[in-house]
Amino acid sequence: MKTRKDASRSHQRHVPKPRPNPRWGKEEETSIFAEKVKLFRTGKLSEDEFRRFRLQHGAYGSRLQMDYSMVRIKVPGGEILPIQLEKLASLSEAFSIGSAHVSTRQNIQLHWVQLEDVSEVMRGLVEVGLTSREACGNTVRNVMCSHLAGVCPDEEFDSTPYSKAIARFFLRNPMCQNLPRKFKINFACCEKHGLVRIADIGLVPMTKDGSRGFRIYLGGGLGAASFIGHLLEEFTSEGKLLATCMAVIRLFDRNGNRENMARNRMRYLVNEMGWEKFQKMALKERSIVMMTTAHSTESMFNLTAEEDDQYLPKENRNGNKLRMYRELDSSNTSAYERWVHSNVIAQKQAGYYTVFVTLGAGDLTANQLRVLAGIIHELSMEGAARTTPQQNFAIRYVNGNDLSEFHNRLASVGLSNPGALTITSAVGCSGTTSCNLAITNSHRLAKEIQYKFLELGLDTDDMLIDSTIKISGCPNSCGQHEIATIGFFGGASRIGSVMAPTYTMMFGGSAGESGELGRVIMRVPAKRVIDTVLKIIEIYRMEHVEGETLRHWVDKVLKGEAIGTVHDIEDIKGALAAVVQLPPVDQNPESYQDYGSDTRFTAKTARGECAA
Amino acid sequence: MTSKRTLSMDNHKQNKKLRGRGSGLESEYYSIPDTVCDVNTLSSLIRKKNVRVVDVRKEEEYIREHIPGAVSLPLAKILEKESPERCIELIQDIGVNEDLPVVTYDDTFGALAARVAWTFQYIGHQHSSILEVTFAQWKSMGFRTEKKLNSYKWQPHPLKINQSIYADLAYVEKASSNKVLIDSRERLNFLSEHIPEAVNLPYTMLRADGKVLSKSDDIRRLLQNRGIHENLELVTYCGSVGTLSGLVYYGLRLAGLKNVRLYARSFKEWKALGKPKAEFKDANYWDLSAE
Ligand code: HEM
Ligand code: SF4
Repeated sequence: MKTRKDASRSHQRHVPKPRPNPRWGKEEETSIFAEKVKLFRTGKLSEDEFRRFRLQHGAYGSRLQMDYSMVRIKVPGGEILPIQLEKLASLSEAFSIGSAHVSTRQNIQLHWVQLEDVSEVMRGLVEVGLTSREACGNTVRNVMCSHLAGVCPDEEFDSTPYSKAIARFFLRNPMCQNLPRKFKINFACCEKHGLVRIADIGLVPMTKDGSRGFRIYLGGGLGAASFIGHLLEEFTSEGKLLATCMAVIRLFDRNGNRENMARNRMRYLVNEMGWEKFQKMALKERSIVMMTTAHSTESMFNLTAEEDDQYLPKENRNGNKLRMYRELDSSNTSAYERWVHSNVIAQKQAGYYTVFVTLGAGDLTANQLRVLAGIIHELSMEGAARTTPQQNFAIRYVNGNDLSEFHNRLASVGLSNPGALTITSAVGCSGTTSCNLAITNSHRLAKEIQYKFLELGLDTDDMLIDSTIKISGCPNSCGQHEIATIGFFGGASRIGSVMAPTYTMMFGGSAGESGELGRVIMRVPAKRVIDTVLKIIEIYRMEHVEGETLRHWVDKVLKGEAIGTVHDIEDIKGALAAVVQLPPVDQNPESYQDYGSDTRFTAKTARGECAA
Repeated sequence: MTSKRTLSMDNHKQNKKLRGRGSGLESEYYSIPDTVCDVNTLSSLIRKKNVRVVDVRKEEEYIREHIPGAVSLPLAKILEKESPERCIELIQDIGVNEDLPVVTYDDTFGALAARVAWTFQYIGHQHSSILEVTFAQWKSMGFRTEKKLNSYKWQPHPLKINQSIYADLAYVEKASSNKVLIDSRERLNFLSEHIPEAVNLPYTMLRADGKVLSKSDDIRRLLQNRGIHENLELVTYCGSVGTLSGLVYYGLRLAGLKNVRLYARSFKEWKALGKPKAEFKDANYWDLSAE
């Protein structure tokens, strides 16, 4: 047994210099916000005007309680520093519920903050260089970047600085303060990772003849009606990156629908216009932008200012080669091995590893945030973490020799659950825990699934490893259920004479450059979801062909090509008919209630503010 | 009396020089701290033997180690049968007369210390303040501790009940447009149930990194944002016996608010008597907690 001291001596741990303050926040915005709240409270600012202002600054109204806000903190590129995590810990204790939440678009959210305190949260954010500005509202939302960018073995180059430079260029930029609707930009690292087909602009880095550029997809997005983005052109050189983004935003700003809130995302414009026409207009707009953009404007897109990888090692000569525990014998596996198996992957930099920290539906306590900050500071050569769309953290540049200490320190605060990269790590949107539009408690359901699946050891089954479960509490897709292998969105159904919370189950969605949307299979009562998924796994285990993962099998069922008794969608519906049945209500009233509730289910919603 | 004042004025100046800013000792207060006592002031008061330091933790914790000169008076002992007469006996037994400043401390983020200090104020002791840090923080800052068990000669202390800082059920229930009830519990508890019309000012909101309470300017700004001002009658309460709300009581006093009362029997009594509650059941906010 090595003590910590021994371990650090054996490979000379080098704690990286703290990164400079990234300065996303602006001090003056905090007192302006406080002032506006007062004007609103004293009736000097109309509700509509105030709502627009509030959303522009990242504060959503909370479920059926407009005196409270959800503050969404932007994490551009998903990159977050230890001092920022520490600050979030303090802010969550002081003004929120003592926990923070990682969202599916790499933001971090503080829930149930009293409206009057939002300015104080903002003040704290500014101190550590963060902002909630334009995290909500009809603006360019958080610019996402694959959490593996910079370490992915399959990438052409690191897209992180590009994502941050784009984020900085558009933040507070007058050209996108009042778009027809929200606008999402997502960067990938490679064709496998990243959410490029479900964004208004999705970008995959590539090189052509030795020079850098991107494959750019436009007009994708999830929601009550979802679309997959279209490829603009084979190669967009890095020199045209900014102009392309500006052109698309200008086009949307001019032509987007400002009347019908439910159909004003850019994907509807693309769909109504037809892709060919939109594509032509986008390319034409780009040439205009390139001809008319002043040099001084262009220089606000500053890539080098966002590059902070200069101190990062290319490889780790002292690093050991890690046994990846690919085949686990679950009867005889230590907690540590199980965790390494499903939470650690090798980077392209030999000897370095990326460690995933498993959260429950993205939630963690103030104390956990603090301990995590310490771990990142001491055990990541990068001195930063990334939030992931699976609502976990990725901590990169970890030395193989430090993994067991990493695990122990996580365990000391209950963060050492395995399964981050497996089907057990279910995603859940806020649902009825805080969202005005929610019908079901999707958030709790995601946690229940994770708990049950870890108990059953499903994280150790490699045939399930590339499948995902994602849950939204209504059709709006904030939980990204449409890109899950098995996705669910919440609703309410009358069963017999009683209303019950139910989910519509979808099959076969996927992320990445060849991402596809899932297809509706059937409705499942909330309290039958876990058993239904377990039944699907049971059927899969009996009927799949050698070497076929759950994900592949689900795709075959969708295509009607599975070879067992369950051959196509109709068969799977039939096979699940019994398991989705609820017992009569007088025998088991709880099964008609939602998770986290001991009263009769009713669907209550209020104005969603998703397009204020 | 006069000489003592001058003496602690000197301390005050010295502290200002040492630390660059006064923390508990804002100029509008007596130079003898009556809300929050900063660590340097306490050290010099201890050196000059001009203070009674009261350790309100469990007795075994006191026995293990405590601040030099401190006496043990666990909060539990005060709560045992809390009556003004009994409390006067207790304060006399630790050798405190009307003029000797008292500084209390705990290891429970200041909440227990605040409850004891408030009790002393309530029975008529003016100079009753809480230490700005917990015992653990005091130690980690490198200040001295000792193991020696201290006791002090009995001193007379008059009983002069200070009704202006006290609220009972009748007071809380009495209608008044000017009165604001302040629920000091954490957000999730407040959302679940609270006294109707109360506002939530969780004790966690008033503390700072490394201190049991923030600087008075910071607290003042929070209160301004909330529209809580001088002319209101404020009543703090929490879930059980007035500890968290005791801390918030001191936070409000530190911010310069004069009209603050503690509802010592708090929500526990309110609930036990079946008084009306405001509840919020339309959201599953507990499921957001990672506890
Ligand atoms: C009709 C209204 C809404 C629509 C159409 C909508 C749609 C979406 C979609 C499609 C995503 C996400 C995924 C992605 O693009 O990758 C998303 C993210 C999200 N939404 Fe909504 N949403 C709406 C209202 C709300 C409301 C009212 C809340 C709760 C206050 C909410 C909370 C979230 C959260 C927490 C995320 C996670 C990702 C992020 O950080 O942006 N949404 N929303
Ligand atoms: S999917 Fe529906 S329930 Fe979930 S956060 Fe979005 S709007 Fe709310």
